[in-house]
Amino acid sequence: METLKKMFKNNIRQYGMIIALVVIMIFFQMITGGLLLEPINITNLILQNSYILVLAIGMVLVIITGHIDLSVGSVAAFVGAVAAIMMVDMQLHPVIAVLVSLIVGGLIGAWQGFWVAYVRIPAFIVTLAGMLLFRGLTMIVLEGQSIAPFPGGFQKLSSGFIPDFGNTGTNLVAILAGIIFTVIFLINELRERKSHKKYNFEVLPSGLFLLKLVLIAAVINAFTYMLASYAGLPNILILLLVLIIIYSFVMNKTVMGRHIYALGGNEKAAALSGVKTKKVTFWVFVNMGVMAAISGLIFAARLNAATPRAGTNFELDAIAASFIGGASATGGIGTVFGAIIGGLVMGVLNNGMSLVGLGIDWQQGIKGLVLLAAVAFDIYNKKKSSAA
Amino acid sequence: MSEYILEMRNITKAFPGVKALDNVNLKVREGEIHSLCGENGAGKSTLMKVLSGVYPHGTYEGDILFQGTVCEFKDIKQSEELGIVIIHQELALIPYLSIAENIYLGNERAEKGIMNWNETMTGARELLDMVGLSENPNTQVGSIGVGKQQLVEIAKALSKKVKLLILDEPTAALNEDDSENLLELMLEFKRQGISCILISHKLNEVSKVSDSVTILRDGQTIETLNMKGGEVDEDRIIRGMVGRDLTNRYPERTPKIGEVILEIKDWTVYHELQPGRKVIDNVRLNIRRGEVVGIAGLMGSGRTELAMSIFGRAYGRNITGTLRKDGKDIRNQSITEAIENGFAYVTEDRKEYGLILMDDIKRNISLTGLSKLARNMVIDDREEILVAEDMRKKLKIKTPNILQKTGNLSGGNQQKVVLSKWIYSEPDILILDEPTRGIDVGAKYEIYAIIHQLANEGKGVLVISSELPEILGICDRIYVMSAGRMTGEVSREQASQETLMRYMTKNGGA
Repeated sequence: METLKKMFKNNIRQYGMIIALVVIMIFFQMITGGLLLEPINITNLILQNSYILVLAIGMVLVIITGHIDLSVGSVAAFVGAVAAIMMVDMQLHPVIAVLVSLIVGGLIGAWQGFWVAYVRIPAFIVTLAGMLLFRGLTMIVLEGQSIAPFPGGFQKLSSGFIPDFGNTGTNLVAILAGIIFTVIFLINELRERKSHKKYNFEVLPSGLFLLKLVLIAAVINAFTYMLASYAGLPNILILLLVLIIIYSFVMNKTVMGRHIYALGGNEKAAALSGVKTKKVTFWVFVNMGVMAAISGLIFAARLNAATPRAGTNFELDAIAASFIGGASATGGIGTVFGAIIGGLVMGVLNNGMSLVGLGIDWQQGIKGLVLLAAVAFDIYNKKKSSAA
Repeated sequence: MSEYILEMRNITKAFPGVKALDNVNLKVREGEIHSLCGENGAGKSTLMKVLSGVYPHGTYEGDILFQGTVCEFKDIKQSEELGIVIIHQELALIPYLSIAENIYLGNERAEKGIMNWNETMTGARELLDMVGLSENPNTQVGSIGVGKQQLVEIAKALSKKVKLLILDEPTAALNEDDSENLLELMLEFKRQGISCILISHKLNEVSKVSDSVTILRDGQTIETLNMKGGEVDEDRIIRGMVGRDLTNRYPERTPKIGEVILEIKDWTVYHELQPGRKVIDNVRLNIRRGEVVGIAGLMGSGRTELAMSIFGRAYGRNITGTLRKDGKDIRNQSITEAIENGFAYVTEDRKEYGLILMDDIKRNISLTGLSKLARNMVIDDREEILVAEDMRKKLKIKTPNILQKTGNLSGGNQQKVVLSKWIYSEPDILILDEPTRGIDVGAKYEIYAIIHQLANEGKGVLVISSELPEILGICDRIYVMSAGRMTGEVSREQASQETLMRYMTKNGGA
């Protein structure tokens, strides 16, 4: 019992948000009478939140370096507008239009990164300016009008599903994907445990470890089964998973990732250890620009239109997701996975409250309280662990 | 009324693990200038913090008598009410406020919270007259020079009806004229009956203005010298400051010294923020393979600035001079280039500049050498663990495992992590800035052993330290810096604490 208590205490920060997510889900599952976890609603949840989750991935990197980006909503809108002009007005092929859009996003990121990293203007100010600037530009290029509709191929980005084989009622691709993913996950976990044991690091007791594996495997397969029984794997889910895996890998296993954490943890020490702090900051903002572009494209494809008001308040959702997911406002701490969990907490709250029929006014207020509570909880934990 | 304005009796102040003050006695006569001398870390600042109430009554043992009555200060405010005012080395002025606002900060001329600007301005002008500063009281403090800022601090002290003025290294940042001015002002205060305690490393100044000198060493009062007869000179004070036996606190070593590995010539560096102020002036220095070279000098003498300017221009502007490694000219334009050229710099302040405290030991050790651990930019986790484990064993880092956060380690173990990081980068030249500051004696010995080991591997090691015994104990050759210049170079055989101290205080010390 003692060890269990200790385990819980040590891991509460890591697992706290997952537990919170589960609690929130169970709560809404009960008061909506089971609507929340209906296959169609699960699919909707993914489609509705994908563009915020993409932004959250970029945002958590920015926050880990100790900065912030307020402009992502406007940038997403601007890139959506540019893409619409290319595809609808100029009739360019969607692939070319998407590539150009991503480059535009990168250039915008470079513009902001330059001011933050090399001129050393606080990111808050640079991106506040960017928020106004790119919102303005969006309205200018759209001349205040919406542009629609997009070509069918482009819409599939947000609303399409991976085609299935066979004619059974459930979607076999989704089921199969779930199984493959589970196997890869299990192998990975076992390998890590083995190497940790070898070097005498703390590991979970084998009983708990087994329980963890079984739980996660069950969740993955239940999830894919749900998707399978509606329409299968959404395209956008695949894109999201690829991004999550790539960025988790970059942050954990590559030199670039280490440099980002080191820079956020102690900029002076990082610089004196040979980290090119300005360059790293610059590229983190370039990356954020590209992610904002992806988000803008997804949103435009989902709405099937580019509108001047697109992306309003996206930045706040992305920032909230990062902080709810355990990122530290002073930099150096945060994970891509955490930001995704944070984004899902917000997403489930939105979705659940809509299902119950709460107005947008109440939704905003409650989300605000959740953000505050999450960060307060995090700070409380930090204080406790530093006192111990 | 007794002849002493202040008596501190048997003051003992302990921090966890160290006795900073051990039975210290200090008696200051009414209307005298009393100097407090001692090496860095001798306990001068701690003693003054006890006096001013920074360390409140109850956290130390002993009695403070001010004007004959026992005082038990709970905070600075209480000591200031009695007229004890301390001016710290780092000035406590708000640069964006005016001179007048700064003078009355926390002590505003106001009625019911509404500022009385007329009184503030006239009052400030009177005080400025007293310290001989002819500036408009409306001037922003940030726009006047350091020397004048020092005078504003003193005016601020006067506004509190000061009876005992404590100046901690008041001339450290001042040029000669400003210093001269300040000393004159102190003598003027003395004529007006204000008593002064002066803490200074500049012994020429000390012997010029003081009536008596109390010497502290290792947290103990050594002696109080009467300066009036003129028999006591600087050498006498130095002897009091350093007179300590060197015991066997340093590992034995027979140096195997080889070719010159690093040569620095005509090295000049200007201050980062104050253009025109030279921090390093025409310095030359060389290090040979297998040699441990020391740089002695007081805080502010330019030691750290020299090291950082060599290490990829991490400090300074308009850096000129030549760097030559193994006979070839190198440039070290950036920190990355310096690391590629085989330099390593272990910083003075390991928490602020050395470690990522929220990261674990493993990640801190690998940070500089990540490119060696990575293939196609992907870090080899296993290799990283092996490297960190290897370092943990070699340097005897005491920790349950290498996943501990460095913020949770003791000072000695933190320093070993910083050393590991640089050892892993496989440098040829190591610059160690205060490598044993704040570390207990046992860990110090281990760190000295590591330093010797590195030298024996044929690396060139440069050690910067404020502790003279340490420099004498581990270095083969010693340079002495004072006010940005090299004032001496002595071999281990010739060196003594007295000679070093003499060079260190030459042309003004800091």
